[in-house]
Amino acid sequence: MSSYVGSGDRILRSRFLDAKAVGIAGIALGVFAFLLAIPPIVVRSPVWPVVVGMFAILFGIAAAARGGRRVGGIAIGVGIAGMALAVLATRSSTGNLDQVFTASLIASMLVFATPLTFGAVGGMFSERSGVVNIGLEGMMLMGAFWGIWGADKTGSWVWGVAIAMAAGGLLALIHAYFAIHLRADQIVGGVAVNFLALGITGYFFVQLYHGQNVPTGVSQIPNVNLAKDSDHSFLAQSIGHLNLMIWAAIILVPLSYIVMFKTPVGLRIRACGEHPRAADTVGINVYLTRYGAVVLSGILAAMGGAYLTVGYLNTYNENVTAGRGFIALAALIFGNWRPFGAFGAALLFGFSTALAFRLNVYSSNAATLFQALPYVLTLIAVAGVIGRTVPPAAVGRPYKKQ
Amino acid sequence: MSEPLAPQHGTEPDEIAAAAPATVASRFELAQRAGGIAVPVATAVLAFLIGGLLVLATGHNPLQAYWDIIKGAGLDWLAHPTNTDVANTAAYNFSQTLLQTSSLILTGLAVAFAFRCGLFNIGGNGQYLVGLFCANWVGVSFVNMSRPAHIVVGIALATAAGAFWAAIAGFLKATVGAHEVITTIMLNWIAYWIGNYLFQQGGPLQGAQNRPLDIPISGNVVPSARLPVFWGDAELQGLHIGFFVAIASLVLFWLILNRTTLGYEVRAVGYNPAAAAYGGIKVRTNYVRAMAISGAFAGLAGGLDMLGYQYKIGTSDVQVQAIGFLGIAVALLGRNTALGVGLAGFLFGGLLYGTTHGLQSGSIDPSLAGHLTEMIQGLVVLFVGADVLILYLWSVRRKLRRQRAAAPPAAESPA
Repeated sequence: MSSYVGSGDRILRSRFLDAKAVGIAGIALGVFAFLLAIPPIVVRSPVWPVVVGMFAILFGIAAAARGGRRVGGIAIGVGIAGMALAVLATRSSTGNLDQVFTASLIASMLVFATPLTFGAVGGMFSERSGVVNIGLEGMMLMGAFWGIWGADKTGSWVWGVAIAMAAGGLLALIHAYFAIHLRADQIVGGVAVNFLALGITGYFFVQLYHGQNVPTGVSQIPNVNLAKDSDHSFLAQSIGHLNLMIWAAIILVPLSYIVMFKTPVGLRIRACGEHPRAADTVGINVYLTRYGAVVLSGILAAMGGAYLTVGYLNTYNENVTAGRGFIALAALIFGNWRPFGAFGAALLFGFSTALAFRLNVYSSNAATLFQALPYVLTLIAVAGVIGRTVPPAAVGRPYKKQ
Repeated sequence: MSEPLAPQHGTEPDEIAAAAPATVASRFELAQRAGGIAVPVATAVLAFLIGGLLVLATGHNPLQAYWDIIKGAGLDWLAHPTNTDVANTAAYNFSQTLLQTSSLILTGLAVAFAFRCGLFNIGGNGQYLVGLFCANWVGVSFVNMSRPAHIVVGIALATAAGAFWAAIAGFLKATVGAHEVITTIMLNWIAYWIGNYLFQQGGPLQGAQNRPLDIPISGNVVPSARLPVFWGDAELQGLHIGFFVAIASLVLFWLILNRTTLGYEVRAVGYNPAAAAYGGIKVRTNYVRAMAISGAFAGLAGGLDMLGYQYKIGTSDVQVQAIGFLGIAVALLGRNTALGVGLAGFLFGGLLYGTTHGLQSGSIDPSLAGHLTEMIQGLVVLFVGADVLILYLWSVRRKLRRQRAAAPPAAESPA
């Protein structure tokens, strides 16, 4: 299998664009997004400039994550600017636009991006250590259910989040035991973990809450009020009243970057994911490192789930995560197994979700299809059209001590 | 061991040697030869045992619960098989179990066929969904078509749609090396949202009669496209001839894999793609082909379900659909063989119906028991994934014992 895939690699490298070219394509798309809205084309609906602009941003992220940082950054900027300008251009003719593009769009983008960020950063730890984690969805779901249960029973959101973390970590521990100790197939294990989480949360939701909604008034994770309620400026409206967990997610990104790339712990994790034999030879405990990383991934994914229920919805319904764990996985792959890349992708996906809800103003049909965008984008990304994604070399391979 | 989530630059031979055989398919093949039917049975028993412990821990009587589930699945009908009248609860429940079994056999085959080519098709649910959509579209439109033609067109289109949906993943795998697990997961969700789009209020396939009522459900499949029902009442989810199609598919699966050049190539690629390529087999072509055939099974399941008993589909049906995911457990427990998938499909079919609609129990609520199915499903997949190691050790031990007794068989893998 390896030799076959290897030959595919060579073709890839020669056929597909390098990071710089991807970045330049992104810039061109960003400009095009704006051109769509002005004469001679004059698109009246903002949907098309926004879609094109998001592709520009996507190309920018892809370029930045693959080495073309400057050109990627420019492409992201041009994409956002092109999108914003195009929307402004269509605005004069359409009154509905006011309802779609407001400061609160930024806020809701961050709301939707937060669980994805937690999940993606968690997944990064697991996969960087060499263990595939398809089970992020299940771990997130465990966090979502046990988080709200904990907050309900203890009366404190702090305990709710703590219990969520424990539940997610426990599920991750099962995954870790089968993947590391029993050397089972990690993808099969991840699938199993997702089923298990669905069963466990569903079962206990019926057992403990009779399948009804959780009682109202459960302790909720508070908002951080940086601005006064009377302040109606753009900044105050967008980031003035964000939830504590959103800030935690934003802080998590640079923090995980530092841990992963600037500390000995991170080096050890990466060594286990790139070449476990070599890591073992220099005295790193591969098993322990992988256990730690996988459990951490479960804890983080569960925090994303806890934010969803304890922080945002303040209630629970069956299978509340509804595929967010898989979008987190997509964001991770999209961001090339890097924290900032993953965060960028999470923001993009969050934005597309937030926009999908707003676009109901125009046409609920288009809005529904919009929700599929993260998955389509990821399909494009893994297809290698916008440059290669490079996973850790030893991810998915069990390690056996000699 | 399976390959990682994306193309690889190189591999270290020592690690490959340390971790049992090269691909998932060959691992399962080895496990099968080593343990036969004993291990899948033990796996299932263990999963039921743990599920039972949870039932016990949450204050219900597990023995009573499982007995009620068995009755819910209509297995007690087997004691009086002469009474086929579906007014009899046991007979009706049994017919419903067979109905679920038909779908599960096909989605199980979808996963199993890809597995035999060394591919993990998690996208059975998406492929099943596009099959449902296409069959619904055909079944609701073309009202003037004659009966057999209408059915054939609907089923054929559903099958082709499933094949196409899976072939996308196969094509991406073959051309750019994108990992099929990632692509099929994404394709699942794309199908999910397409379904939500098609049947929502104002969606292109929302039923005309539902539009003014704001109900997000498709139109009804017209009688000329409905499959003949041979047991029970068509209005009460009678058992349709799709059951025989599923059984025939099991035979077809076995024939393709074991009696055709195509099957030989698929299995060869599954064991070891590098060796297959060396032997002149086109690995890329086989990836696309195996995925297409795999998806065809799932699409066929969707087509049969739509024209056989569902007749219509709403956005909420799209959202809770899990038959394709259950196919993973069916295939793994059935060891990716025709007979195994048939038996595992029957087990999960009974479990699925017996824990939900069929269940009448004082000891456990159907809404609770339904989640027991998901849990048992998860446990089965978890243990099946791990037993390879146990079996590996088992086979090594047995081989050593045999070596001492007589002439050693050809060494297969190093201890």
